[in-house]
Amino acid sequence: MPDFLIFALLGGLGVATVAGPLGSFVVWRRMAYFGDTLAHSALLGVSIGFLLDINLNLAVIICCVGLAVSLVTLQRQRMVATDTLLGIMAHSALSLGLVAVALLEIRVDLMSYLFGDLLAVSPQDLFWIYGGGFGVLLLLKLLWQPLLAITINEELAHVEGVNVPATRLILMLLIAIVIAIAMKIVGLLLITSLLIIPAAAARRLARTPEQMAVGAGIIGCLSIIGGITLSWHFDTPAGPSVVVASLAIFIALYSLPTKQQA
Amino acid sequence: MNQHHRHEPLISLNKVNLHFGRNHVLQDISTELHKGCITTLIGPNGAGKTTLVRLILGLLKPDSGTIWQESNLRIGYMPQKLQIDKTFPLTVERFLKTAQNCSKAQMKAVLSDVGASLLLEQSIHHLSGGEMQRVLLARALLRDPHLLVLDEPVQGVDINGQLELYNLISRIRDERGCGVLMISHDLHLVMASTDHVVCINHHVCCSGHPEHVTNDPSFTELFGIKGSEQLAVYSHHHNHNHDEQGSAIPDPASDHNPRNKKGCC
Repeated sequence: MPDFLIFALLGGLGVATVAGPLGSFVVWRRMAYFGDTLAHSALLGVSIGFLLDINLNLAVIICCVGLAVSLVTLQRQRMVATDTLLGIMAHSALSLGLVAVALLEIRVDLMSYLFGDLLAVSPQDLFWIYGGGFGVLLLLKLLWQPLLAITINEELAHVEGVNVPATRLILMLLIAIVIAIAMKIVGLLLITSLLIIPAAAARRLARTPEQMAVGAGIIGCLSIIGGITLSWHFDTPAGPSVVVASLAIFIALYSLPTKQQA
Repeated sequence: MNQHHRHEPLISLNKVNLHFGRNHVLQDISTELHKGCITTLIGPNGAGKTTLVRLILGLLKPDSGTIWQESNLRIGYMPQKLQIDKTFPLTVERFLKTAQNCSKAQMKAVLSDVGASLLLEQSIHHLSGGEMQRVLLARALLRDPHLLVLDEPVQGVDINGQLELYNLISRIRDERGCGVLMISHDLHLVMASTDHVVCINHHVCCSGHPEHVTNDPSFTELFGIKGSEQLAVYSHHHNHNHDEQGSAIPDPASDHNPRNKKGCC
């Protein structure tokens, strides 16, 4: 196997493993559109990174977190409905990013940011994916109970001593990190699919939250392998191929005869 | 509220006020919750009952006034309704575990305590209204609370189930000696299993023993003559319960009917 394929596979599997559990929270807490909005701001993060000459991954994380915090603040003021607000933010952030790239005359491969460039994963990317991914998984493990508690019911969690705003903020931070590291794999337009499709597919087989989180990770990994295989044999774009593979798994699982679900 | 209290207070509110915008929702509320005592909050719709409970739980902060609570007070809270998203796979066992890290034996014990021992392996999405209330109660009990807070615990449960739940709550209080605070809409069922009633309509209208409260003119004004008559009628009825076969079994609540007891609150 050529080097670039091994890197692609390692990078993809790393991202899918982290995206599974986090994607489960995105599904449970109905944050799909929220995740999408954060992802759309990633290009703005890239241009800010170029402008300030800092690490691009870091710039994307900072930009996503900044957007998440301002979203929560605006949401509290209830001037417009949340989905309207998300729609405004998502597309404005993407457009601002595209405009900034043009104004700053940054020479970037726009397509690779929008749709990912899995086959161009470098050892340095792997360092970011595994470093960031390990950090995310560690935090998830440490905060698993409070995260589940706020997902079940935030008031109940508060009464039982969970710091709800802090836990919620950390969840957003984790999503921002995953978006930054997953952008290389499937691109910012498709990141949400890597978060929600494997998780939604795993729901079909899971009886507990843990089963769903781990199952989503496994299904994500299978999608990566399937997508890269597809791309290798038929010369299709790698990022979209991964999404297509995960969709195939999703459809296959939901075509199974229904058993009683938990 | 100047009566002599036999039990130590768990929480005490002093002249608590809260506004929502221009709406003065809670006005100068002063009350106390005690160990081993069942306090029931009644009042018409929109009287601020749930808001008051949210203050006591620390979910809201008062604009003025103080809320004192015993240090390290552990509260078991049973919300009015728990809507869990269908996408969230959850069995009763896993749900109970989110309250407290506990063994299977502990979970089984607390479930049989609330009369829901067969539900452990069930999916939370397939429970009936009454089953869900029992599971929520079991979860609150797993925390071994000093104070149990129940927001309309019998909502969506049929009349017989309601009686059973109220009896269950009385029994839990007797066995564990914890304080209980509950909200109730329904007057006649709850009165038999409560020690202390606080009737609010933004301010405390009247409070005290159920009998005292039902004779209070402000109570009659709030709920009408009919409401107080219903209660008078009720205290002569329903001293037994029915088991699954329909035969009469003695009502455990009648043993610790507050009217037989002296000086709890």
